Amino acid sequence: MIDRSGTPLVELRDIRVAFGGVHAVDGVSLDLYPGEVVGLVGGNGAGKTTLIRTLSGAHPADSGQILIEGEPVTISHPRDAKALGVETIYQTLALADNIDAPGNVFLGRELTTRFGNLDDSAMEDATRKLMGRLNPKFQNFVVPVASLSGGQRQSVAIARAVHFNARILIMDEPTAALGPAETRQVGDLIKRLREEGLGIFLISHDIHDVYDLSDRISVMLQGKLVGTVNKTDVTTDEVLAMIILGKLPGEVTETDLAELH
Amino acid sequence: MAETKVSTAEPEPKAPAQEPEEPRSRSWREVLRSAEIDARLVGLLGGLAIIWIVFAISTPNHTFLTPRNLWNLSVQTAVVAIMATGMVLIIVTRNIDLSVGAVMAAVGMAMAVVQHDWLPQWIGFDHPLTWVIAVAVGLALGAAIGAFQGSIIAYVGVPSFIVTLGGFLVWRGVAWWMASGQTIAPMDTLFRKLGGGSTGTVGGTWSWILGIAACAGIVLLQFAKRRQRGRYGFRLRPMWAEVAIAVIVCGAVLFGVWFLNRYYLPPALAEQAGAAPGENISLGLAYPVLIAIGVGIVMTFIATRRRFGRYVYGIGGNPEAAELAGIKTKRTIVKTFTLMGLLVGLAAAVQIARLNAAVSSLGTGMELNVIAAAVIGGTSLSGGIGTIIGALLGALVMQSLVSGMVLMGVEAPLQDIVVGIVLVLAVTLDTIVRRRSAK
Repeated sequence: MIDRSGTPLVELRDIRVAFGGVHAVDGVSLDLYPGEVVGLVGGNGAGKTTLIRTLSGAHPADSGQILIEGEPVTISHPRDAKALGVETIYQTLALADNIDAPGNVFLGRELTTRFGNLDDSAMEDATRKLMGRLNPKFQNFVVPVASLSGGQRQSVAIARAVHFNARILIMDEPTAALGPAETRQVGDLIKRLREEGLGIFLISHDIHDVYDLSDRISVMLQGKLVGTVNKTDVTTDEVLAMIILGKLPGEVTETDLAELH
Repeated sequence: MAETKVSTAEPEPKAPAQEPEEPRSRSWREVLRSAEIDARLVGLLGGLAIIWIVFAISTPNHTFLTPRNLWNLSVQTAVVAIMATGMVLIIVTRNIDLSVGAVMAAVGMAMAVVQHDWLPQWIGFDHPLTWVIAVAVGLALGAAIGAFQGSIIAYVGVPSFIVTLGGFLVWRGVAWWMASGQTIAPMDTLFRKLGGGSTGTVGGTWSWILGIAACAGIVLLQFAKRRQRGRYGFRLRPMWAEVAIAVIVCGAVLFGVWFLNRYYLPPALAEQAGAAPGENISLGLAYPVLIAIGVGIVMTFIATRRRFGRYVYGIGGNPEAAELAGIKTKRTIVKTFTLMGLLVGLAAAVQIARLNAAVSSLGTGMELNVIAAAVIGGTSLSGGIGTIIGALLGALVMQSLVSGMVLMGVEAPLQDIVVGIVLVLAVTLDTIVRRRSAK
């Protein structure tokens, strides 16, 4: 079981983000402990991605507090997040299509020789070793990632996130573009990273994507947090009721559940 | 398609085991791939070869392929080539610079005013430092203009097309205003060497020395790369390919030097230079050509071996990904425009030195030649793709067409029609090839 007596790895307190009067995220608080996977679910437009972008530095919050290992931090740029060990794998697979896998893994953090020149061989070597751990079948190290399959591109995105000793991993719909075998592969990888003590936020609009992998599940609806539940305490139907009706398991009636189907 | 590119950690891949379905006979495409040669570069060289052969046959007295014509061609190409290397990086970041011709005029006028009107008052005429100061002023001014335009584009967010279209008008006006539209001439004696001409060359002997040094450099680079890849146990380029590349490239360099060295000083000038009657003196490579080659080498290094270059391509491939990866994208954009401005300053120095005068109409229409050179050289306007060597060859293709048609006596409007058609044709071919290889 996960020890939640200590300081959480991440604490989001009362985060608010508004886009021109629309409250995309309206006073949401979440926490995440080391070695834990928290599934963040909700329908389209529930505010999951916006919330998580405040942690990854892609879009700063209007108000609220972010604490990492109990320390209040300011994250106003992706660089700040990376410096704190927060790595994000975006839904849109933020890769530069014209650059090869090692170039993408090290994009923005290139290895250089002592003269400050790019050390492509060292980067390729590190990427090969990394892929040996993450996805041993991966062999295309010298072609632009545009020519890789969805699963291979996802491997590159994950490799980039884990290579720099991430403590907190944010995965936005990590399996949305993948087939069943590749989805399983990513699932195995998430379990392995959790065992290594990382805290992982798993974001999805589909509860079935994250139910098996999550320790806790947080549900958002219309910018607000419906609630956070232990996975072992709930069924997928009860989570579905939270996502669609915004009702916690205790409040749900039999007729509500029947209506969902 | 990607399967044949598979690299393994073992030093020698077992080709038959990895490519069980490959037929025995290998197509030229596979030969290129296993030798790790860029097929598009070969295509570009092929296109250039076709143009040269056609002109060699069809020009009167076959004057196209003479040392004299190719020497002139090399000098004429230099100015556009210098700027095209910068334009590649601009276009790779999904931007454009329409102001390079006008900036060239403004900077060229400034350099002319400095050496013609200002410096003689302080340090006298034909002072040995005149050319250094004039060039420094030109480079600084060009870079400043580039940085200014780049800052508006990157930090304010005005599209580069608009900012540089404005610059296209503004800097042309500034150039006129600097000398009320008058021509400024002549230029400083030493400065004039930058433009080539009969005094602006390194001579036959130095041409050979530089050619041989270039060959040594090429082979050394190959060895260094091989050793580094070998240290990590990566698959190495087959030895036959290494040797073939070294022989072909060095052979081309030395043949080029030999051929251009057969362009001699006219007998009258040779006699002045102290040659015995009947003795020939080679002009050797011209300074503008050496400058263009030097710029090409430095820019290739920046584009492929430095972080800045990697960021330029990252931004071009996926601007959002680059930003999320923590790249300072705005600063990188400003740097590309600053670099472009610096190169325009250098090209302006060569151009006014070559003309031995500065006029406010300097570089009119040059921006389109520079963009065309980059695009013919394989730079994609949608961003992310383009090489420096491609742009240099693109400039050579453009200038070859013009030079050949002039020798054939083709009228100017028809020249424009041909160049226009070739531009569209080159990009069309490239698009088709790329679409097919993406499948």
